Amino acid sequence: MYKNLWGCNLMTFANNQFFAFISFILIVGFVVYKIVQAQNGKIPAIRRIAGLDAIEEAVGRATEMGRPVHYSPGVGALDAATFAGLELLDLVAKQVARYGADLIVTIRQPIVLPIAEEVVKTGYRSAGVEEAYNPDSVRFISQEQFAYAAGTMGIMEREQVAANLMLGYFLAESILLAETGFKAGAIQIAGTDNRSQVPFFVTTCDYVLIGEELFAAGAVASQNPLKLGSIAGQDLAKIYAIALLVIGSVAANFGITAISNLLSK
Amino acid sequence: MKVAKLISLVFAIVLILQFFFVSDTINTFGNTITSWNIVIAAFAMGLAAINLIRIHVIRIQLKRENWINSLVLIIVLVSQAGVGLFLGDDSSQYMFFFDGILNPLGATMYALIAFWIASAAFRAFKARTIDSTALLTVGIIVMLGNAPVGEVIWSQFPVLQEWLMNVPAMAAIRALYIGAAIGGIAVGVRVLSGIESGHLGAGE
Repeated sequence: MYKNLWGCNLMTFANNQFFAFISFILIVGFVVYKIVQAQNGKIPAIRRIAGLDAIEEAVGRATEMGRPVHYSPGVGALDAATFAGLELLDLVAKQVARYGADLIVTIRQPIVLPIAEEVVKTGYRSAGVEEAYNPDSVRFISQEQFAYAAGTMGIMEREQVAANLMLGYFLAESILLAETGFKAGAIQIAGTDNRSQVPFFVTTCDYVLIGEELFAAGAVASQNPLKLGSIAGQDLAKIYAIALLVIGSVAANFGITAISNLLSK
Repeated sequence: MKVAKLISLVFAIVLILQFFFVSDTINTFGNTITSWNIVIAAFAMGLAAINLIRIHVIRIQLKRENWINSLVLIIVLVSQAGVGLFLGDDSSQYMFFFDGILNPLGATMYALIAFWIASAAFRAFKARTIDSTALLTVGIIVMLGNAPVGEVIWSQFPVLQEWLMNVPAMAAIRALYIGAAIGGIAVGVRVLSGIESGHLGAGE
C-alpha cells in the first residue's frame, strides 16, 4: 500500500510501513520526552540489574586471581546490540583499569575493531591510567563465524580467563564460548537480544541480560540522568505496545478488525 | 566531536527515511551512504589485518605458548592474500583454501555444537531447584512431542508440545522481541543525540 505523506507527492510510504512509521515516531517521542524530563531534573529510579552488579565482582575476582577478563561485544556489525555491548565495554574498561586487571577483547567484525579500541582507551583515560592501556588487549580474531569462535576459545583456554563477559549480538558460537568459559572456571555474564541464543546463555552462564536488559544495562551502569531518562521512555513505549496488544486482542475476539487492519497498513 | 555527531545524525535520518519511504532523492542519498559504508568497511578490514599481524608477530618473537599456531596463521594469511592478488579470487588455488580447508573446519566447529549442548544440558537439566525441574519437565515434553516415539507413548505429547511452543513460549518470545526492539530504538536515540558517545572517544 502506498500513501502520500501529508498530501505531498515528494515521498510515498513503502509497502506496509505507514503504521510502523507512526509507531516509530511515537516511540522516539516517548524516549525524547523522558530524556527532556530527566534533563529538567526529573530523574527516574531504575531497578538494578543483577548481571550488571556482578560485573564488578567478576573484575575484582579476576584481579585477585591474577587472570584476565575476556570481553566479547558479539559478532554483529554496528547494530543496536553491538552498540549496547560497546557501551558496557566502556564500563568494564574503566573497572579493569581501576583494579589493574588484564583485559582481552575479542572482535569478529573489522568495523567494530577501531571503535572497541577507542572505547577501551577512553575507559583507561577516564580511570586516570591511560599509560596502562595495552594496544594488544583488543584483538581482531576473524570475520569467519567459527574461526572467530575457535580463536576466542583458544584464547580463553590458554589465558585461563577468570571472567568471561559476552554482551552483544551472538549466533551459534554462543554455546561454544560459554562452555569454554565454564571449563576455564570463569564467572560468566552474558547478554543478547537474539532470542534463539538466550537459552544457551541461561544454561551456561552465571548471569544473563535478556533482550532489553542488554540495552538498558549501559545506561543503568553509567547513572547518567539522560540515559536513565531514555530507559523510562522505553517503559512508555511498552505501555503503548501492550495497549495495542490488549485492545487488538479484545477487538479481534468481538470480530472487530480495525486494529489488525491498522497494523497491516 | 560535534561534526562527527552531526554526520551520524544526518546519515541516520536519511537511512531511516529510506526504510520508510519510497523516494528517488532519498534512495540516491541512502545508496551513496551505503556505498561509503562499504569503503569504510574495507579500510576497517585493513586495520583488522594490521592488528592481527602485529599481535601474532609479537607472539612469535616472544615465543609465547603455542606460538607455532601464530606462525601458521601468518603463513596462511600471506599465502592466501598472495594467491588472491596474483591468481585472482576465482582461481582454483584460491578456492582450494576455502573449499578444502576453511569450509570443512567451519562445518567441524558447527558439528561440535551438539556435544557442547549436551554437556550444557546435562548441567542445566539437573532437577535441583523448582526452576530447573520445570525446565527439565518442559524440555522432556517438547522433545517427546517432536520425536515420533513420543506419539507412540502418548498421543497427546505432540498436542502438549504444540501448546507449550505456541502459547507460553511464544508469549515470552514476543515480549523479548517487543522489549528488544524498543530498547534498540532507545539506544539509537542515545547514540544519535550524542548522549552516548563512548564510540567516538568521549568519556563520561
